[in-house]
Amino acid sequence: MKILHRQLEIASSPHVTSGASVDVIMRSVTLALAPVCVFAIYAFGIAVALVLAVAVVSCMATEHVARRVAGQPSSLGDWSVAVTGLLYGLTLPPGLPLWMVAVGGVFGVGVAKVMFGGLGSNAFNPALVGRAFLQAAFPQAMTHWTPLAGPARFTDVPTSTLALPFAQPTYDAVTAATPLAALKFEGTATDTSELLLGMTAGSAGETCALLILAGGAYLVARRMMNWRIPIGIFGAVAALSAVFTAMGASFPAPPGFMLFSGGLVLGAVFMATDPVASPLTNAGCWLFGALIGFLVVVIRLWGGMPEGVMYAILLANAVSPHIDRAIQPRVFGSVKS
Amino acid sequence: MTSLTSRLTDVLADVFGRHTFGHGIHPPEHKEETRERAIEQFDFAPVLVVPLSQHLGKPAVPLVRAGQEVVRGETIAEADGFMSVAMHAPVSGTVRKIELAPSISGSMVPAVFLEPFPASTQEVSDGAPCDVETATPDEIIEAIQRAGVVGLGGAAFPTHVKLRIPDGNFIDTLIVNGIECEPYLTTDHRVMLEQADDVFMGLRYLLSATGAERAIVAVEANKPDAAERLRAACPDDLPVTVDVVPVKYPQGAEKMVIKALLNREVPSGDLPLDVHAICINVATTAEIGRLLPHGRGIQERVVTIGGPGIKRKGNYRIPIGTPIRFALDQCGVDESLSRVFLGGPMMGAAVSNLDIPITKGTSGITAFTTSETGDPYSGKPVYPCIHCAMCVEACPLYLNPSQLGLLAKTEQYQVMVDDYHLMDCFECGACSYVCPSHIPLVQYFRLSKRMARRQQAAEQ
Repeated sequence: MKILHRQLEIASSPHVTSGASVDVIMRSVTLALAPVCVFAIYAFGIAVALVLAVAVVSCMATEHVARRVAGQPSSLGDWSVAVTGLLYGLTLPPGLPLWMVAVGGVFGVGVAKVMFGGLGSNAFNPALVGRAFLQAAFPQAMTHWTPLAGPARFTDVPTSTLALPFAQPTYDAVTAATPLAALKFEGTATDTSELLLGMTAGSAGETCALLILAGGAYLVARRMMNWRIPIGIFGAVAALSAVFTAMGASFPAPPGFMLFSGGLVLGAVFMATDPVASPLTNAGCWLFGALIGFLVVVIRLWGGMPEGVMYAILLANAVSPHIDRAIQPRVFGSVKS
Repeated sequence: MTSLTSRLTDVLADVFGRHTFGHGIHPPEHKEETRERAIEQFDFAPVLVVPLSQHLGKPAVPLVRAGQEVVRGETIAEADGFMSVAMHAPVSGTVRKIELAPSISGSMVPAVFLEPFPASTQEVSDGAPCDVETATPDEIIEAIQRAGVVGLGGAAFPTHVKLRIPDGNFIDTLIVNGIECEPYLTTDHRVMLEQADDVFMGLRYLLSATGAERAIVAVEANKPDAAERLRAACPDDLPVTVDVVPVKYPQGAEKMVIKALLNREVPSGDLPLDVHAICINVATTAEIGRLLPHGRGIQERVVTIGGPGIKRKGNYRIPIGTPIRFALDQCGVDESLSRVFLGGPMMGAAVSNLDIPITKGTSGITAFTTSETGDPYSGKPVYPCIHCAMCVEACPLYLNPSQLGLLAKTEQYQVMVDDYHLMDCFECGACSYVCPSHIPLVQYFRLSKRMARRQQAAEQ
């Protein structure tokens, strides 16, 4: 066969790729989070389903509208803002008024992601910035915890969930205590097995450590997550809480309790590992993880609040570019240090 | 700083006696379609186009003029200085003209256009033989230059230049590189299977020229038959071992194979010579062993023609100067052919003009169809860099492609060179291959190197 004078395609090598893609990674993260979401809805009912839906929609709408206003093509196809919305929703108290959920979503994505330049440019984890904004604006609502497995959770929507914007929410039930608050303010310890299985009050998606760890293991197995960050965090928290407890910290905090209570597992596995706001090199990731672990222990033991994961990660996000500047890969053939 | 896991795997590899370099990737090999196919002699094209510069260095000086008749194997151009090699007639025929011809770089280069005699038996003419027993190192190096030998693995660096060891330095290990890590290519594999005796004859010349104490033939684990054949054919008097290394791209790169075999790192900006090693491609070695005893020169080479766009895939011994169009015609191409590149898919340069001839550096012609390349106008979306560090984990030189990519976008070429070792990059493409944002990193780096050189030149 004679070859025709056809148009040959010119491209720079390599002419093959691994098939890895940002949207595939982001979709895999949502898949890894699916069991956590299902458990959260099972544990706290319709309220959590509504919180997650409003969180995802408010985050996606913010990014979509912002890009439309800026005359840029929609970026919903990369799925990153969907992941942000889901993670943001999972960090919120189950009975949080939906209008607050929407406000935090708009703030987190609008300020921490869009204003910083969109995907790849956010210095801070947008989901946590949204939550931090709510923590500052509505401290009472953000510390009202719905009791676990309320009997009417699948039939009734809590009054607080549907509270009108800027009105003081009213709550149906008395507030429950998170394991960390119970320990810090009442001196009651929670069993580690209950923490692992999620049989406690807390933010919607933070309670079941086992499901979160399973999701993380899936992402590590698919090479979509740097396991050094969560392992660094867990290692630092375990080691430091053991040391500080032995030295006589303000309340007893055995490593097992410190690891699986509060938002530590969710934060370590899904928040701190946001590649954009964490270091590039493996050595940098170890340092980053250890720094978060240190900050978590310090805030929990000596801070005014019972929980410190959110602030620890946000502070470490700020340090991440400096870690990258300080720790570069050792170039092949350079003098061994 | 290397990662803990890669260090751990390297330690394990050492424990089990299998060595490799750090980082790297595992692209699908696609070698099964041609590796069983014995080398076939190719026909002569109606016109052969022999560029005077098929190597790095100065172009050769033509010894023929238009209208002159030449014999196959005759020297038609001589080396211009030390950084240059001779050219030989790939066919007995008539010199039609010496004019500019298209090249893979996109520029036009001077070339000798040869028209074969239709009735010739195409006997190859012999020159002054170089006897491996009696020749001095300098005589061997000169004979290799006269034979027009360059690195046949693709780089086309004049081989004799590598062999000249400066006074005060020495070589302890000669590495014969039979790694062939590029997907689709099987030329080195076939040469090892079919020309094992030539490889060892070539090795005798190389050992004698360099004074190396020993030689290692490096073969990747995906070619166990080649390793077996070489071990069986190895003469007892040669200090040669055949080392099988795990499959990983880009292990065929000089620095990587030296690291894998000797655990030595060629310092940034230096030559293998500085770690007392020298690395010669296995097909180059076989050609030296085949040509020097007869005083001949390179006038043909083995090329893998393959990829989904080719109908009769195989390994062919093709005269230098054969136009790619003729080669593709001979092998047949698929209707939906969309991209042709010289070499393999990781580092091969795309062909824009089918009149480009096969040169000494052409190890393969690979053709893709629209089902591999996709629709060129709708392609994959390019996302912003998400700092996932997959490129950092892939780069065999431990560079920081992520940071280099961001610097390239902001045109900070000098920072890339000074602080991030841009010039060390040998463009293996591993970073682009793994990037989930589909950022054409290695394309950025090629461009950035040029821009940096241009800026440096402008400042001087």
